[in-house]
Amino acid sequence: MDFDQFPSMGREDLRDFKKGIDSGFRDFSREFGEAIELFFEPLLWFLVWLEQLLQATPWPIIIIVVGALAWLGSRSIKIVVGSVLSFFAIGYFGMWEDTMSTLAIISISTLVCISLGIPTGIMMARSDRAQKIVTPILDIMQTIPAFVYLIPVVMLLGIGKVPGLIAVCIYAMPPVVRLTNLGIRLVEKEALEAADAFGASSTQRLFGVQIPLALPNIFAGVNQTIMMALSMVVIASMIGVAGLGVPVLRSISNQYLALGLMNGLAIVVLAIIFDRVSQEYGARLQKHRQGTQHD
Amino acid sequence: MTDSKIKIESLYKIFGPKPKAVLPLVLEGISKQDLLENHGHVLGLKDINIDIPSREISVIMGLSGSGKSTLIRHINRLIEPTDGRILVDGEDVLGMDKAALQNFRRHKASMVFQKFGLLVHRTVAENVAYGLTIQSVPVEEARERCQKWINRVGLSGFEGHYPSQLSGGMQQRVGLARALATDAEILLMDEAFSALDPLIRNDMQGILLELQEELHKTIVFITHDLDEALRIGDRIAILRDGAVIQQGKPQEIVMRPADDYIFDFIKDINRGRVIEVKTIMTAGEKVKGPDLNHNVLLEEALQIVSDSETREGNVVSDEGEVIGSINLAKIVQALSRPNVEVGEETRYR
Repeated sequence: MDFDQFPSMGREDLRDFKKGIDSGFRDFSREFGEAIELFFEPLLWFLVWLEQLLQATPWPIIIIVVGALAWLGSRSIKIVVGSVLSFFAIGYFGMWEDTMSTLAIISISTLVCISLGIPTGIMMARSDRAQKIVTPILDIMQTIPAFVYLIPVVMLLGIGKVPGLIAVCIYAMPPVVRLTNLGIRLVEKEALEAADAFGASSTQRLFGVQIPLALPNIFAGVNQTIMMALSMVVIASMIGVAGLGVPVLRSISNQYLALGLMNGLAIVVLAIIFDRVSQEYGARLQKHRQGTQHD
Repeated sequence: MTDSKIKIESLYKIFGPKPKAVLPLVLEGISKQDLLENHGHVLGLKDINIDIPSREISVIMGLSGSGKSTLIRHINRLIEPTDGRILVDGEDVLGMDKAALQNFRRHKASMVFQKFGLLVHRTVAENVAYGLTIQSVPVEEARERCQKWINRVGLSGFEGHYPSQLSGGMQQRVGLARALATDAEILLMDEAFSALDPLIRNDMQGILLELQEELHKTIVFITHDLDEALRIGDRIAILRDGAVIQQGKPQEIVMRPADDYIFDFIKDINRGRVIEVKTIMTAGEKVKGPDLNHNVLLEEALQIVSDSETREGNVVSDEGEVIGSINLAKIVQALSRPNVEVGEETRYR
């Protein structure tokens, strides 16, 4: 036996094997590509609508809205002032339009992640079998290089906003799923037993006890999802998503240091604003947990 | 006494992968240890037969691991039994379908928990109203009905507080008010006061007794504390290794413990607070001295008799008839050197 070389599949076989998969998928995408595209049509429409809305709205209004949202979320003057100043800087350095595009895709992908992720997390928490099935899928979603799943997505849907959105969601959804599952599983047994003892139905149990008590964890998941969505902006721009990622990509290929840095920092600034505001909001949600005033 | 509210009949609970399969072995009387070592199942409850009378406080007492918390959870079926029957007002709880069971839990039996089981995201008022919320009682009406109980347990002014802002004793008051607010006839209390420190526990026992005088609920109270059992129990059942080893009135247990295990329990308790004068009186002639009702406890009798000139007293029935007499020496003897019959034999301390 020769141990220098691994007894691999023959070159020819291997080529046929790969060819088989490739042509199989190509046939699949020819067959169903259009149907799938149609399926995502409303999402695309919504995304385009939001992007145009953000870009068409006069900038002072956007800044006021940003300030108001920051205040509603954090109730902190410091964070409001910080957010408003950051947006002024972004506008001043000529990144306003790209920032609006990025905001649009981040908002939509976060919405998609939440509306799919939270129910999935709840399902996982209620059934051990669901958890066993979903956990490895989440592992794959988080670890597989983004470029790898971009290939089939682009083959199916071509280049454009929707494939970008899907790529962002694949990467950004796992935290909200995981933390929803974890949060519900961590709800105290005593509270659940009390709900049962008073005759709560399983729906009353879920919405009256499990979800409210898991909310801080669910919220941490949403926060993480937003952060991860932002970090995907550059990769998404490779397949045709407009936004701050596009100039970054351009500056990589042309070695424009300043351009790359500015747009990169704009992404960082958005991330910090999202993070601080949502963290503060999450902390306010769980105020009842700390025995603040002990009478 | 004769009308039993809850009737538990030959109840068995076996924990493990296949409880039904090993049930025949248990019915044949396999030992707990044998069952665990050779069959991998844990015997939780063994042939429990208890009648819980209506409108009284029945205490189930046992040390940790005796199965007492498991037992109380069978009454509202938070735990499914392996075998046996549980009748509440003649209806088999185990035969109820999901809807009937939900209804039973909502209207018939409410529960107070050792670790309170409060919902930390709800205020005191919302917690007390929880049972009514589940029943879809309109908010206004629920608030009104709950306010009464909030006041009754002494939490007025704390309606808007969150549980984490309250001390343990106050949290358990919330738990108690929540259980009372559904107006269920049966109150299940699982070591309700065990997590509280002694002074607060004493307070809570007082509140419970006071409420009971007025409400006459059927209360099943679990505890590991004999003093607590003797203080609040109209009847006591003692549980050990998943089986009832003695049940009866507190006095019966103190005067005639069924075995050494219970004897060990009762030897250090304050007998003056349990034994009534009629238990140790000499029947017969009227003597010179004050009259004592036959239900007076020795602690109080000691005071009265030692204050009297003759150091004697008459024991009278509720109708005022003299049924016997008692003297100081007898009381002191009963308090200090009890002759206790353990099973058949008499034992001296």
